Amino acid sequence: MLAEALVLSAILFVIGTLGVLVRRNAIIMFLCIELQLNAVNLSFVALARYLGIEGQLYVFFVMTVAAAEAAVGLAIIISIFRHYESVNVENFNLLKW
Amino acid sequence: MSASTLPTVVASVAQGTGSGFDPVLPGLILLLPLLGFALNGALALVSGSRSATALREGREEAGHDSGGRPLTHTLPTWIGPGVMLAAFLLTLVNFVGMLGVELVEPVIRSYWTWMATGALSIEAAIQLDQLSLIMMMVITGVGFLIHVFSVGYMKEDPGYPRYFAYLNLFVFFMLILVMGANFPMMFVGWEGVGLCSYLLIGFWFRDREKADAGKKAFIVNRVGDFGLLVAMFILFAVFGTLDYQGIFEAAPDTLVYGGATVTAVTLFLLLGAAGKSAQVPLYVWLPDAMAGPTPVSALIHAATMVTAGVYLVARSSVLFAMAPVGAAAVATVGAVTALFAATIALKQYDIKKVLAYSTVSQLGFMFMGVGVGAYAAGVFHLMTHAFFKALLFLGAGAVIHSMHHALHATHKDWDAQDMRNMGGLRRFMPATWITMWVATLAIAGIWPFAGFFSKDEIIWYVGTSAPASVLYTVLWGMAIATALLTAFYMTRMMVMTFHGPNRTGADEAKHLHEAPPNMTIPLGILAVLSVFGGWINVPGSVRESFFGGFGFLPMSDWLDRWLEPLTATAYQIRVDQLGAYASTSPVGGGHVLWGAIATGLALAVVIIGARAVASREIRPAVESPEPTGFGKVLHDKWYVDELYDRIIVRPIQALSRACWRWIDQVIIDGTVNAVGSVARGFGWFGSLVQTGQMNTYAFILTLGALVILGVLIL
Amino acid sequence: MSGILQASAYESWILHALIWLPLVGILGVLASSEERAKDVAFAWTAGLFVLSLGLLWSFDPAGPLFQLTSDAAWIELWGVGYSLGIDGISLFMILLTTFTMPVAILGAYRYIREKRRAFYSLMLLLQTGIVGVFASMDLFLFYIFFELTLVPMYFIVGIWGGERRIYAAVKFFLYTALGSLLMLVGILYLYVQARAGGAPPSFHYLDLLGTPLTLGEQLWLFAAFALAFAIKVPLFPVHTWLPDAHVEAPTPGSVVLAAVLLKLGAYGFIRFVLPLFPDAATHPTVVMVMLILGVVGIVYAAWVAAVQPDAKKLVAYTSVAHMGFVVLGIFALTLNGLQGGLIVMISHGISTGALFLLLGMLYERRHTRRIEDFGGLARVTPLLATAFVITALASIGLPGTSGFVGEFLALLGTWERHPIIALVGTTGVIFAAYYMLPMVQKILFNELERDENRTMPDLSRREITVLAPLVLLMVVLGVFPTPVLDRMEPGARAIVEYVEESTREGSLLEAARTEAGSPGRRFVDHPVFPESTGPVDPTLSLRDGVQGFPIPGDRRLGDEG
Repeated sequence: MLAEALVLSAILFVIGTLGVLVRRNAIIMFLCIELQLNAVNLSFVALARYLGIEGQLYVFFVMTVAAAEAAVGLAIIISIFRHYESVNVENFNLLKW
Repeated sequence: MSASTLPTVVASVAQGTGSGFDPVLPGLILLLPLLGFALNGALALVSGSRSATALREGREEAGHDSGGRPLTHTLPTWIGPGVMLAAFLLTLVNFVGMLGVELVEPVIRSYWTWMATGALSIEAAIQLDQLSLIMMMVITGVGFLIHVFSVGYMKEDPGYPRYFAYLNLFVFFMLILVMGANFPMMFVGWEGVGLCSYLLIGFWFRDREKADAGKKAFIVNRVGDFGLLVAMFILFAVFGTLDYQGIFEAAPDTLVYGGATVTAVTLFLLLGAAGKSAQVPLYVWLPDAMAGPTPVSALIHAATMVTAGVYLVARSSVLFAMAPVGAAAVATVGAVTALFAATIALKQYDIKKVLAYSTVSQLGFMFMGVGVGAYAAGVFHLMTHAFFKALLFLGAGAVIHSMHHALHATHKDWDAQDMRNMGGLRRFMPATWITMWVATLAIAGIWPFAGFFSKDEIIWYVGTSAPASVLYTVLWGMAIATALLTAFYMTRMMVMTFHGPNRTGADEAKHLHEAPPNMTIPLGILAVLSVFGGWINVPGSVRESFFGGFGFLPMSDWLDRWLEPLTATAYQIRVDQLGAYASTSPVGGGHVLWGAIATGLALAVVIIGARAVASREIRPAVESPEPTGFGKVLHDKWYVDELYDRIIVRPIQALSRACWRWIDQVIIDGTVNAVGSVARGFGWFGSLVQTGQMNTYAFILTLGALVILGVLIL
Repeated sequence: MSGILQASAYESWILHALIWLPLVGILGVLASSEERAKDVAFAWTAGLFVLSLGLLWSFDPAGPLFQLTSDAAWIELWGVGYSLGIDGISLFMILLTTFTMPVAILGAYRYIREKRRAFYSLMLLLQTGIVGVFASMDLFLFYIFFELTLVPMYFIVGIWGGERRIYAAVKFFLYTALGSLLMLVGILYLYVQARAGGAPPSFHYLDLLGTPLTLGEQLWLFAAFALAFAIKVPLFPVHTWLPDAHVEAPTPGSVVLAAVLLKLGAYGFIRFVLPLFPDAATHPTVVMVMLILGVVGIVYAAWVAAVQPDAKKLVAYTSVAHMGFVVLGIFALTLNGLQGGLIVMISHGISTGALFLLLGMLYERRHTRRIEDFGGLARVTPLLATAFVITALASIGLPGTSGFVGEFLALLGTWERHPIIALVGTTGVIFAAYYMLPMVQKILFNELERDENRTMPDLSRREITVLAPLVLLMVVLGVFPTPVLDRMEPGARAIVEYVEESTREGSLLEAARTEAGSPGRRFVDHPVFPESTGPVDPTLSLRDGVQGFPIPGDRRLGDEG
């Protein structure tokens, strides 16, 4: 069981990663990040079966942080959208020196 | 208030061996001038604030015309001299008390522990013994007279209360200097008097030259203080204490005669003494110090402070006796200074400059005295010199005062201190004239004035101190030459000032006047002392001769015997090591004969010199030609100031500037800033990767993660 | 007095109060109006000073070396404790701090005109940091407080400073941070070494004392610590941040910087560098290097000071010269020298602080710091001139003022071991006159040439209130330093004796260390986390688990498979 779960987790993670890398739509990228987080959650839960309850414990942490992040992230995206009228990340390049 | 009510008084222990001498309120002698300083200082601040307000409001100075003299001017008149009189009387009581007893050990009063850490313990303690009492008598006595004189001299000065505050503070520190029971206590007074000297030389600080002179005095003095500090460090390292008692009692056993340690100590002490007592090579500040008010020159730069070096050597007599090289250095420095300063005095026209170089020269005599082991003779000359030189300065002050008034009345732009502008003043100020002649005869060494006995004794000891030594014979010759030069330049000064035709100008002459009684009375008292002050230490052999009135003069060798408890050890060491003093001079002849020769020669110089100077035509300063040839070199003081400026002052300034501009700003800060720039450069280089595109960042992140994973797995 | 102290259990709370109450004061400052902020800050710091005075009575010079100690666990996992305690040296450093703060704040009432609440909050924060440094017995805690002092000072210079404030603030920050980061590495290394013997973790000073280190290790650690403290002192040639910081800092910043912050460096040398690395600190080469740097600082800084056109910069350089005496006193490794160095620290705090206050007052009046813009001020401002002259004289060590006692003892102590160094150092007294008197003359004396100076007001009542205690202290400490010397002596003696190989056994510090027992036992010994529940399947450990399942690419698994 563990192997399958870990493989699924890996596939999900890779999909998320590729999504973040190739897509330009901020919302999609955001969703891909969520996908990555959940991929990790999956492996946590799977491994918890063998290594102790702490794995499941961390999943709650991740979910909490993900929720908080979603709130803040979406707020930023909305704010950006209001300013640029676009969610295409290529338009945003203020993050440099 | 008495000393015993001071806080944290440690029970005072009279360490006398049952001598029965119980000092009367010694602490109060110190406290009185300090109290005067506090009161006058407060008044000075009040008065200063008042004239500052006036200044801000556009008025130049607060009114101080003699009609409505403010309280800040009347109070110091009583406080300043008042505390001095009280201190003098108290000192007198103690002096008389000590006269009757054979005091072998000094009486030490300790008030509190000043610095104590580990093995070091320095008490705030004062010491009363024969030497300190003599010094205290001179300081408070002459000091009191000069305070009284100052009342008249300074009465129109807006800084009157400030003046008395400084003067009182000076006396306080001077008393600490001579009363301190250990080296650090003396050092408190030592630097304290330097401070007061600084403040008083620059008393009229609006004049840049005067402020500069004060600064110069302080800095040059600090060179000397450096020597004194180092000497203290060595002494502590050797003896583990800095108390006079501890050091001087242990010295003969602890130190090696003529050893490196004691020689170093004495040479550093000499450096300190030379700084304070204006000896070669550190004498340059004293002539400049004449920028201060004239009574200050009398008190600080003639009678008391500048003699501190002599006091120091006399106090440390045991150390100097154990260091023949150090002692010889003292005597040599003294002789060189005496002769050197006397030559400069020959060609000075400023009346105070003549007296200043004369002081330097006489201090040289004292150094010779203490240098050859004649400590009592040195102190003796210190005392008589205090009398006649204070008198000369005060007399000069009266002259300047009068000249200043006369020139001021007609708005004549002449120098009130230039002797070429004077002449014939005896008609206008007879009391000053007579008293100053007394002092001149005294300093010239004419029998029976005070200076004859003291100077004669020094010359005698220099000549007989080490019979076989060429050095001392040379010094002896220099001393005699200096004595004759002294007689000449003093006569020149008197003749130029008081004799011949008046050169002030007819209008001005009408305003010349004798000084008021509160200035002439101190002159009179000092004149009496200048005559009789020398009689306290007439050598036994001389006393029996004509010069002692065939035994008429009282008290033969009184001072020698008075100081014996302090000098006996040193004398013994010296006699043990170098042999006794000879009974004849280097070229033969006894003490009486040489006394006669000396006074005869001096008298001849005075008479011939007076005629020579009087016969020369002297014109006022503005009409006089510049001196030429060797005279110019003397007039310009051998160009020593210029030399020091070139080889010391300017190089240090240039070095300072170089340190700042090059080492600090270029090398150190340059390195620091360069490091900063390099870091900035790297930062700029790295910032090129920052495109601002989030995808790029994410891509690099992922790539990095993959690489790390790959490395870990493979 | 001691009755009151006892009744209020003064000893148990005073150190904590002195550290944390300034932070409470920040709330008061923030809650007050912009106008009143300065009054609140002054009242608060003045109150703290009064409070701290009780230390003089509650500290017993005859008692144990460290007093008023307290230990509490902070980060138990690493053995970090909230451990406080003072000896006679820290006692006077704390008093100097609590005294300087209200003086600096009151002295610059008019100097700070904008963002006052922020300013006074930062000053209070600074006080927390400084007192914390002097009261810490735990190296970790010490380091945190040491760094904490940096932040408020950075903002004080950077926000309220002069024209080149940013440059000065950044320079100050980077210089000091560079040093202290290396020190952090040093502290951690020491900590690890102390644990090496199997002892429980501890950052406590007494636990780290006597950690066995080879000479090589000691030299490296010495270098790491010494750099941090040398920059703070500052020692030639890492002093160039000081003139810039002083010139640009606002008056109260300069005052605190000179009076207390520089002392952190010297204190660090005395408290940590000497006893922690005794072999390195007594190594002849090291001693000679430090002494030479100190003596070069004395002479060099005096020279550079003498040619400064800017009065504040001049005084800043004199600080370098004064601290040179402190370094001499410390590395002479004699009791007299160390005591002298300590007195110089206190005296320099008072006199240089007063000088900066006076220059600040002049700046408020004329908006210039250039010496040549003044002249003849003694006539218009006699009170200011009097205070200035007395302060200047105390600064150049005139006997009868505190400066003399310190310099005299420091040089005396140095002479016992290193006469030549002391000889050169003593020339400092000449050069002190050479830099100070011309400035005094050019500012106070000479003719009153400029009309702007003619209308300058004299000291106000507030300014007199600020300066009077300072001037009084200079004289009192110069005439009667015994109470200070007596209280510091056990601390100083303990360090000197501990560093001396031969007398270490008998030293108070060794006694304190032995009494403290084996390292790490000061907190109740309980596990950091509650007992772990362990794996669900007790037969599985983490490694087993990973090894038990094939993960693609894991070579170890492949081997097994």
